[in-house]
Amino acid sequence: MTPAPGAMSNDLGKARVGVPASTGEGSSASNAAAQASSGRVQRSAPQERGSNPSEGKIEIRGLDFHYGATRALKNINLVLRDHSITAFIGPSGCGKSTLLRVLNRMYSLYPGHRATGEVLLDGENILAPSVDVAGLRFRVGMVFQKPTPFPMSVFDNVAFGLRLVQRISRAELWERVEAALRDAALWDEVKGKLSQDGRSLSGGQQQRLCIARTVAVQPEVLLFDEPTAALDPISTLRIEETLQSLRERYCIAIVTHNLQQAARVSNVTAFMYLGELIETGPTEQMFTAPRDRRTDDYVTGRFG
Amino acid sequence: MSRRTRRKVINVLALALSGVATSIGLAFLGAILWTLLSQGLAGFSISLFTGMTPPPGSDGGGLLNAIYGSVAMTLLGILMGAPIGVLAGTYLAEYGRNARLSSVVRFINDVLLSAPSIIIGLFVYELVVVPMGHFSALSGAIALAIIAMPVIVRTTEDMLNLVPQSMKDASTALGAYRWRTILSVAYPAARSGMVTGLLLAVARISGESAPLLFTALNNQFWSTNLRAPMANLPVVIFQFALSPYANWQQLAWSGALLITLTILFLSIAARVVVSRLSPGGGRR
Repeated sequence: MTPAPGAMSNDLGKARVGVPASTGEGSSASNAAAQASSGRVQRSAPQERGSNPSEGKIEIRGLDFHYGATRALKNINLVLRDHSITAFIGPSGCGKSTLLRVLNRMYSLYPGHRATGEVLLDGENILAPSVDVAGLRFRVGMVFQKPTPFPMSVFDNVAFGLRLVQRISRAELWERVEAALRDAALWDEVKGKLSQDGRSLSGGQQQRLCIARTVAVQPEVLLFDEPTAALDPISTLRIEETLQSLRERYCIAIVTHNLQQAARVSNVTAFMYLGELIETGPTEQMFTAPRDRRTDDYVTGRFG
Repeated sequence: MSRRTRRKVINVLALALSGVATSIGLAFLGAILWTLLSQGLAGFSISLFTGMTPPPGSDGGGLLNAIYGSVAMTLLGILMGAPIGVLAGTYLAEYGRNARLSSVVRFINDVLLSAPSIIIGLFVYELVVVPMGHFSALSGAIALAIIAMPVIVRTTEDMLNLVPQSMKDASTALGAYRWRTILSVAYPAARSGMVTGLLLAVARISGESAPLLFTALNNQFWSTNLRAPMANLPVVIFQFALSPYANWQQLAWSGALLITLTILFLSIAARVVVSRLSPGGGRR
C-alpha cells in the first residue's frame, strides 16, 4: 500500500507538534455523543489524516512477540480500521494485552521483550528502531485497566499531555481540557472541582479522567486495556457510552474479558487463543455464526 | 483444661508479656525525658539563646554560638547531601532498577547507613581537615552530609518504588519521556515520603557529635567563618558535661534538652507533612 503523504518515518516526531487544534471540538463532540447514543452512525470519514477509511489505520503483518524465550504472539495478521472499534477477546494469557502493548510500543520499556514482523500505522512500520516512541505514543493513546490519576489536580491531569509537547495559551489549554472532559462525559461532574486532586474522584470518574487525559492530545488511535475490569456496572455503562461517542473520530482497539461488552461496543471482534489470532470478523457474525469451532466454544462459554 | 480455657490463658499470658516489654521500654524513655526536663529546664532563660559559651568558672553565658553552628552545619550538610541522595535514590529506583551497578550501590549504601559515625568523622578528618591544616565548619558539614546521604538514598528509593508502575506507565503512554515522568509524576506521588526522609535525615545529623569532634571541633566564640572551627551543640554538650564547673554542666543539660525538643519537633513535622500531602487530604 502507498503511505499517506506526510506520514513517513521522519514525521512521527513532528506530528507531536503539528496536532490540529480545532476550537469547535467540544460542541461537535457532544453532538457526536448524542448521535452515537441514538444509534449507530456510520458517517463517511473526513480525509483529514490522509488515510483511506476502506484500508486499515493499523496493519499488523506477521507479528511475533517474545518474552525472553516464551513466544507470546504467533504470526499475527490483522487490520484495524479507522472510525471503528475492534474488540480483542480470549482467555487469560492468550496475548490480547501483549498485542495491545505492541501497538504503542509499551513493551519496549521492559528488557527481554521483543517484537518481530511489521505493524504499519498509516503505512509506516512502528516497530522500526528509528521510530521516536514518545512521538508514537502521542499518536497512539492508551487507557489501562486500573485508573491511574496522576497526583495533581483534575485540570492538570487532563492538561498533562498537552503541556508535554507544546506551549499553548492559557485560553486554548482551558478549551482543550474542557473539550476532552466533555468527550469523556465527565465535564458535568467535575466542572466545579477542577482544582481538586484527581485521586479524590470515584473509581469510575477516575477512569473517565484517564480517558479525557488520553483524548486531550487528540491521538489517532485509542487503545483500551480492559478499561472497565475494575469498575462497577454503572461506571462501566458510562465508559461504554463514551466509547461509542469516540468511535466517530478514532481507530479504537479494546481488550476485554467481558464478552457482552465486546458484543455491545465493537464493530469487529478478534478472538485470540494461546498467542494465535484464531478468527476475526464483524462482531455480529463472530457471536452468532463463527467459522472456527474454538471461537464458537469460547463465545458460548464452553471454556475460558 | 479445655481447649478454650487453654487458648484464653495463652492469650492473657502473651498480652501480659508484651505489656511488660512495652512498659520497660517506655519507662527508660520516660526516665530519660524526665531527667532531661528536670535538669535542663532550670537553665532555660533568655541568656541561653543570646549569650555565648562562657569561659570556665564564670557565671552566665549561653549557647548562641553553638546553636548557630549546629543549625548552619546541619543545613549545609543537608544542602550537600540531599541532592546527591535524591539523585542516587532516583537512579536506583527508576533507571538502574535491575542493573548490576545498582546492587553494588545499594549494598555500599547499606554499609554506609550503618557505619559508626566516628569513622565518618575520621574519614573526613583525613580527607579535608589534614589537607586544610586546621579544623573547620565546612569539614563538619561534609561529615554530616555523608551521614545524611545514605538515609536519603534509601528513603528516596523506597518511596519511588511505592509509586505504582501503572501510574508511570500511564505517563509514558501519553508520550512523556522518562525524565518527565519522574519529575512530573513520580516525585509528586512520592513527595510526602521523600520530605519525611529529608526531615528524618535532618533529625539524625542534628544530634551527631562524634563526626564533628574530628572536623568542626568547637569554638568558644562567635564565628560564622566556614573555614574556621565552629561551635555546635553536641560537642559543647560533650565538653561541658565532662567539666567540673556547675555552670557548664547546667548549660550541657539545657543544650541536651534543646536538641531533644528540636528532634521531637522535626519528627512531628514529618508526620504532619505525611498527612497533609497524602492523597485525598491534599488541597492546593
